[in-house]
Amino acid sequence: MKRLFLRQAVTLVWAFSCLGGASFAHAEDEAPDVLIKRLSVDVLDTIKSDKSIRAGDISKVITLVDTSVMPNVNFQRMTASAVGPAWRQASPEQQKRLQEEFKILLVRTYAGALAEVTDQTISVKPLRAAPEDKEVLVRTEVKGRGNAIQLDYRLEKTPGQGAGWKIYNLNVLGVWLVETYKTQFAQEINAKGIDGLIAAMVELNKPKAKKA
Amino acid sequence: MRFAAGNSGKASWCPSASLAVMRCALVAMVMVLQACATVANPDRRDPLESMNRGIFAFNDTVDEKVLVPVAIAYRDATPDWFRQGVGNFFNNLEDVWSVVNNALQGRRLDTGDSIGRVMVNSTVGVLGLLDVASDLNIERHPANFALTLGRWGVRPGPFLVIPLLGPATVRDIAALPVDFQGSLVSQVQDESVRTALSVLSLVDTRAIYLGAGQVVQGAALDKYSFFREAYLQRQRNRDYDGNPPEEPEAVDPEGK
Repeated sequence: MKRLFLRQAVTLVWAFSCLGGASFAHAEDEAPDVLIKRLSVDVLDTIKSDKSIRAGDISKVITLVDTSVMPNVNFQRMTASAVGPAWRQASPEQQKRLQEEFKILLVRTYAGALAEVTDQTISVKPLRAAPEDKEVLVRTEVKGRGNAIQLDYRLEKTPGQGAGWKIYNLNVLGVWLVETYKTQFAQEINAKGIDGLIAAMVELNKPKAKKA
Repeated sequence: MRFAAGNSGKASWCPSASLAVMRCALVAMVMVLQACATVANPDRRDPLESMNRGIFAFNDTVDEKVLVPVAIAYRDATPDWFRQGVGNFFNNLEDVWSVVNNALQGRRLDTGDSIGRVMVNSTVGVLGLLDVASDLNIERHPANFALTLGRWGVRPGPFLVIPLLGPATVRDIAALPVDFQGSLVSQVQDESVRTALSVLSLVDTRAIYLGAGQVVQGAALDKYSFFREAYLQRQRNRDYDGNPPEEPEAVDPEGK
């Protein structure tokens, strides 16, 4: 028993030293609201400086999402929540496919909205959370002309020290993304099973002739 | 342009026309009800889902066949500054009604902002054509009587889709006559001017959302569920001032 503990401790120390001091400290120090602020500014600046992203160039948007956004998202949790109880019955292969197609679906959706980005700024509201909280709500506002747009994020603290915070749901104008897909996913799964849901998303993600 | 804002005693809209619309709506509802099918995933907030789906499909067809083509033609025929002015003009009229409702909801700061917006935009902004208030960072706080009822604690009730008007709840429908009277466009005495303004407002609004409509088209597996969920969540969010408690049925937190 004692020996096992010792081995775990050694492994742990080894793992930490591999992570490297600098990046480790950085990840641990960054509060969730600071993370959201940095991420929002990063992404907004990239969009503002790149015309082809604003024009909806999907491959460029995917690159932006993969490099800047995804490392800060627990996309498995996001997909699992949207899929609901059926997630547990899905095979690892199905789970992988569900995540892939859901990601493309969301990227396609938001790529369309990026065309609207002009001179907006993000303001992050003061964080109301206790230091020991494992899940927090970060509220932001996108300010452009006229109405401010409410944009909130739910983040979870990744287990293990220094692993940082990850987004698992977001809310535009009071509408939570995961919940919006939950009903639709449940309908597909009840009608045609998990493979049916995957097929429906593949169909929706197929490039279509542009209208208007 | 003449507005008879204080003249609430006399209904300025044509009662026979609205009656005809209501009759059509009723006939449509009955037709849809007869074609009633059972629903696969009943939602407790939506007891009349199959009827609602029928009306939603009807509205969607009208939108696609009539409203969208007109909105595209309007967008292509007018310069940006023109549409910007039209949008500002109607927003300013709406802001007047927001003053009343923000006050009824006891929101002092929002009422003050709304008064400030109307005063600045109606004068410096040339009858609301320019949104000077936004340049001065006076925020918009749109409010209507449906939201006021929510603020007063009236529960939204079941979800309903109204022919031609779209998603609503029972509470929204109860507020509809009041909001209709509160809209300054409906107070214009000259019928042809009133109709022209209503159509312009509708087409201009639809033109603004042409892009958003396309986004939803590509984002929804089932457009009806998508709209219903978004509508109900948004309403709940506003009822709780942007801070609703979490839904009782918990989301699987582990995600395994």
